[in-house]
Amino acid sequence: MSVVRVVIPFHLRNLARVDGELELEVSEPISVAAVVASIEAKYPMLAGTIREYGHGQRRKWLRFFACKEDISHESMDFLLPQPVRDGVEPLLIVGAIAGG
Amino acid sequence: MAGVRLLVGTRKGAFVMTSDEKREKWDISAPFFAGWEIPHMKASPVNPDRIYASVYSGWFGQTIHRSDDGGKTWNPIGNEFTYDGITGTHQWYDGTQHPWEFKRVWHFEPSLTDADTVYAGVEDAALFKSTDAGVTWKELSGLRNHGTGPQWMPGAGGMCLHTILLDKSKPGRIYIAISAAGAFRSDDDGETWTPINKGLKSEFIPDPDAQVGHCVHRIAMHPTKPDTLFMQKHWDIMRSDNCGDLWTEVSGNLPTDFGFPIEVHAHDPETIYVVPIKSDSEHFPLDGKLQVWRSKTGGNTWEGLTNGLPQENCYVNVLRDASSIDTLPSCGIYFGTTGGQVYCSPDSGDHWNTVVRDLPAVLSVEVQTLP
Repeated sequence: MSVVRVVIPFHLRNLARVDGELELEVSEPISVAAVVASIEAKYPMLAGTIREYGHGQRRKWLRFFACKEDISHESMDFLLPQPVRDGVEPLLIVGAIAGG
Repeated sequence: MAGVRLLVGTRKGAFVMTSDEKREKWDISAPFFAGWEIPHMKASPVNPDRIYASVYSGWFGQTIHRSDDGGKTWNPIGNEFTYDGITGTHQWYDGTQHPWEFKRVWHFEPSLTDADTVYAGVEDAALFKSTDAGVTWKELSGLRNHGTGPQWMPGAGGMCLHTILLDKSKPGRIYIAISAAGAFRSDDDGETWTPINKGLKSEFIPDPDAQVGHCVHRIAMHPTKPDTLFMQKHWDIMRSDNCGDLWTEVSGNLPTDFGFPIEVHAHDPETIYVVPIKSDSEHFPLDGKLQVWRSKTGGNTWEGLTNGLPQENCYVNVLRDASSIDTLPSCGIYFGTTGGQVYCSPDSGDHWNTVVRDLPAVLSVEVQTLP
């Protein structure tokens, strides 16, 4: 079990009523899907806002970054880099720049 | 003292506005859900302090919130809308078949008799029901699985189920409307459905008398005369006196019969209101003059109402869920515009006041009459 740090967008922090980064205990193997599942378990109001209900894929206007790499197009089963698994670096969940 | 509470959904948040029975001075809340789209909010008639809000974002999808204290505080509730059984396909813009995909909740209709029961009309068009105050949702799939489903197609705003009417005199009777499929009626609480589009003529579809495919914008009903329905269609104002079995046009002398909302006076089931819009290509009032038109004869004979409304340089739209009426003795009428104005007439449309004028684009307006 590792403690993974996650940064989520402003509107999702408001929805979950949290400030700053999330810290989540996640069991190996620590994939994107495992981290999102941990978010949804701890903050059920975020279910459906990061990945879709049903097929479980990333919502199309969100992006995932880890260790300065865009991993948005990796599988949801993609194993996060070691620094993220160790809690040294956060997983960044970012809203696409769009809209007015 | 009696008063009213306005629930205003906008492109960038929700606002709760209150006034006494004079409806002259308004307390306007700070935005709730700031930055999110609010397609609709509506309160339970059984428990007026219970309000459901559809809170949507292109980035984060659909969330649903409920207030149990009249809109002072809100909590997220269930937001999983899963189509029942085989999803199926409907007609896409290019004529091909396209799978049903849930996008957002357009409209809530709380039960007339049970505060925990609420219906939700969604895009892609389907009707959902919750019996636990919005914690869980179940599709009433008899509608989507009606044999005509593959012929339904999205209008410009998406393939949305936007209107839900409940008939208190006939438990189990529900009317719904979909753009662009048409109107449907159920007499068994949503298990089975009948298309009720006979008499509608839509020149933009190849068969003008088609059973489905009509772009119905809104239906309205007076609770004391529930077999009479009024419809604002894409073009045409329509009326049915037999529960939708047959419609006749009552556009009469309207300067244009395109528009979105339609309302019935709270105390006179033959007085109706529309907001004429120039055309389906130009979504703003004729000649830059914002006018509500009223018929006291159930259609055909109409009068323009302008006192207090802008009569120059006004190029806003009024969307289908952006009007409402209160039940105070003088019958207040309300509507919001895509320019961010909310207007109130406290006297059945004779005079209009501006409630607020610089909100984000208004998507929905509901009013509650409070004791």
